[in-house]
Amino acid sequence: MTEDELRSLIGRVKRGTLSRRGFVKRVAAVGLTAPMATQLLAVTGAAPAAAQSMPAYRPTRRGGGGPLKILYWQAATLLNPHFANGSTNQEAARIFYEPLAGWAADGTLVPILAAEIPSREAGTLAADGKSVTWKLKQGVTWHDGTPFTADDVVFNWEYARNPANATVTSGSYKDINVVKVDAHTVRVEFQKPTPFWADAFVATRGMLIPKHLFQNFAGANSRDAPTNLRPVGTGPYRFVSFAPGDLLRGELNPNYHRENRPYFDTIEIKGGGDAVSAARAVLQTADFDFAWNLQVEEEVLARLEASGRGKVNVVDSGNIEFIQLNVTDPNTEVDGERSSIRTTHPAFSDPAVRQAMNFLCDKNSLQQFIYGRAGKATPNFLNNPPRYRSEAMRSEFSIQKANEVLDAAGWVRGRDGIRAKGNVRLRFVYQTSVNAPRQRTQALIKQAAQRAGIDLELKSVVATVFFSSDVANPDTYPKFYADMQMYTTTMTEADPQTFMNQYVSWEVSQKSNNWQGRNVLRFRNEEYDRVFREADGEMDPVKRTAQLIRLNDIVCGSHHIIPLLSRPNVSGQINAMRTNLSGWDNYHWMIADWYKEA
Amino acid sequence: MANYLLRRLLIAIPSLLGISVILFVVLALAPGDPFGELTTNPAIPPEVRANLRASLGLDDPIHLRYISWLTAMMKGDWGYSFVSRIPVDQLILQRLPTTLAVIGISQIVALAIALPVGVYAATRPYSIFDQVANTLAFVGFSLPTFFTGLVFILIFSITLDWLPFVYRTGIDASGWRWWWEQFRQSIMPIMVLGLFQGATWTRFVRSAVLDVIRLDYVTTARSKGLTEGTVTMKHVVRNAMIPVVTLVALQMPAVFGGAIVTEQIFRVPGIGSLLITSILANDTPVIMAVTFVFAALVIFFNLLADILYGWLDPRISYS
Repeated sequence: MTEDELRSLIGRVKRGTLSRRGFVKRVAAVGLTAPMATQLLAVTGAAPAAAQSMPAYRPTRRGGGGPLKILYWQAATLLNPHFANGSTNQEAARIFYEPLAGWAADGTLVPILAAEIPSREAGTLAADGKSVTWKLKQGVTWHDGTPFTADDVVFNWEYARNPANATVTSGSYKDINVVKVDAHTVRVEFQKPTPFWADAFVATRGMLIPKHLFQNFAGANSRDAPTNLRPVGTGPYRFVSFAPGDLLRGELNPNYHRENRPYFDTIEIKGGGDAVSAARAVLQTADFDFAWNLQVEEEVLARLEASGRGKVNVVDSGNIEFIQLNVTDPNTEVDGERSSIRTTHPAFSDPAVRQAMNFLCDKNSLQQFIYGRAGKATPNFLNNPPRYRSEAMRSEFSIQKANEVLDAAGWVRGRDGIRAKGNVRLRFVYQTSVNAPRQRTQALIKQAAQRAGIDLELKSVVATVFFSSDVANPDTYPKFYADMQMYTTTMTEADPQTFMNQYVSWEVSQKSNNWQGRNVLRFRNEEYDRVFREADGEMDPVKRTAQLIRLNDIVCGSHHIIPLLSRPNVSGQINAMRTNLSGWDNYHWMIADWYKEA
Repeated sequence: MANYLLRRLLIAIPSLLGISVILFVVLALAPGDPFGELTTNPAIPPEVRANLRASLGLDDPIHLRYISWLTAMMKGDWGYSFVSRIPVDQLILQRLPTTLAVIGISQIVALAIALPVGVYAATRPYSIFDQVANTLAFVGFSLPTFFTGLVFILIFSITLDWLPFVYRTGIDASGWRWWWEQFRQSIMPIMVLGLFQGATWTRFVRSAVLDVIRLDYVTTARSKGLTEGTVTMKHVVRNAMIPVVTLVALQMPAVFGGAIVTEQIFRVPGIGSLLITSILANDTPVIMAVTFVFAALVIFFNLLADILYGWLDPRISYS
């Protein structure tokens, strides 16, 4: 289906000559999934942009729910969202602090401290994409009784972008301008047309801190603010006590701005320990109500769940476990740098070898035997939200086809069974971090590769080293001093633009930028760069969706990456708990809506 | 005596300095940095990371960093934790009560088992009691704490559902109920550590007493017509205790250091778990402070053990 056809169908829905259900049916016939179809309607304005899939909230009064006990196997260490390096700290801060809006599970926005989501219809979203106007909710107060106003919002922008504060949120705020329009309206102005306007003040990096308590601690003394550890926010729970690395406690906020919320009288987040025993404390003994990020083998999880006291939640996210086939040569040193972009990989420069490697990854077995519910086999790098999922990519596991492709390309088996052409032998170093499922994946792929005449040397690096930015260490993943490597890359927001910058040529990770570039693969493709730039300024959502899908197809089609599994977020809760989780925001993004069924 | 003390204290200063230099260099050379999680996050531009590193002084050369750490430490400023932005001493003080309560009581339990069992077994060597005690002690110190911990959880928390296996510092109760809850959640970690330590010490006490009980002066004491109890308590145990005191004194720093494995299993927020999370997060100021305190305690308790010798055995004199 071409863009024009799609557009005319959407036009018919808008005019009312085609029902929404009819639209979904038609596009499903040509291979678009139902969620993608409804998303298309939403982004083109044919249906409301706000979330429609929010679960019902049943309690009819505030409080009375007793304690809510949450168990984290990593513990929070500080409670200022602008300093929150690491998701545990963001989660802890999210109990007390709120953004203007959050991302629901289907990748749509839900207003929290905003009165409504900006839209073209309401005139709050500029047609040229250069500004967005947020109307703030009236009558919201901070926990100490001070009213929440536009000044607070403007202050957060100044605070986050101030280099002296060294905030982790500065990336979202440094290139924008924020203007107070009136006491309850602010306007965010961009330097260039920005189709993805919902970054600043939204979700994880949008949590707002009160101006009146932080204004004297902006700058060099920002680390000394007592409120860094004693938060005063607008959230459903008020701060009670905090022991870094151990226990965080809160109590119901009687003046919370949404009615009948929250349900629980107190909240407690206990940290520390390991994932398996955290799963056990919820699923098997029900000592705790909720446990986060259960990176536990499927077999164990299923056994714990069998005791019938709790269940596992699986929420889709954009995170993906994938393999990179190095574009450059890791064994040649140029100007003190291996894997330099002035070299090409002797074997992977042949598309046949890359294609063969793709045939050798048995994704379904990985899902079935290793990851279970925590991994879904996929041929795409960009998997979620569903509206961005390409239908063009296919992947197949076939050792026979791998052999055929290599034979045809002239790679012949030597006496030791390893294929070679000229003086290049198909012998690769395959590295990843130390992590049980990853080592099992490596072994599985090595076995298959052996049967196709490719020898893989497996290497595993301790996670704290592999995922560090330590310039002196040769084993970090940004250096990529290996032929192949595997890890999970995370997608932190529902818009793929930032996520897809991992393959643009100006982000190449190399010595001249201290290996800080995001393009670790060192992938360079003119079409990719061009389409990426177009998407960056494209204000038509349908066109932009097509462009972002094209980016996925270019990089996946090159076979320089092998997407393995899309990794949903896995958490556990007791049977009576009702939560509202999203793969695009913190686990606690809607903690005000959590309750227990009687 | 005063001279001896002064000399020992003066010797301690260079040892502590040496220890701190080694610790600092090893930590500085260790791979990784406190912002590992930031590198994989696409939303955080590299200049933010560079800015953070600079704000914590991580880019300075190592000797400058050491000197500034040392001068601050001399002034009583233990520095700020990289990850939680609060003073390190405050962080350690928060953990101290739980550590002392759980680990301290477990050591008392260990002594309460080891002393009577060891002494009684030694006075009746190769009796049934001795054989049983020996076997159990052997089993006890052969099983690592992470194993007994999991077995305890399996039996008492999961099968019987009697005890919680997550240690909580914020119990919502007062009076007797508070004590009861505290007892319920502490008993497993205390027993895991206490039994392990007790088993090791039982064998040590037994062999120490056995060494002394065969000596001639014990026979003399018996032939004077003293009761068996007096002979054991006054003549045997007091002399046999000298090596035991050394062992126990050297074990005391471990009480402050916590028990890393057991704390992790039961989620006891002690100093051990603080140390391990700091190591994983590359939180140098906290690691430095905890390990340095630990080193100081080892030196202090060594000295204490030496002084106790003099009191237990008047033949040893330091003047």
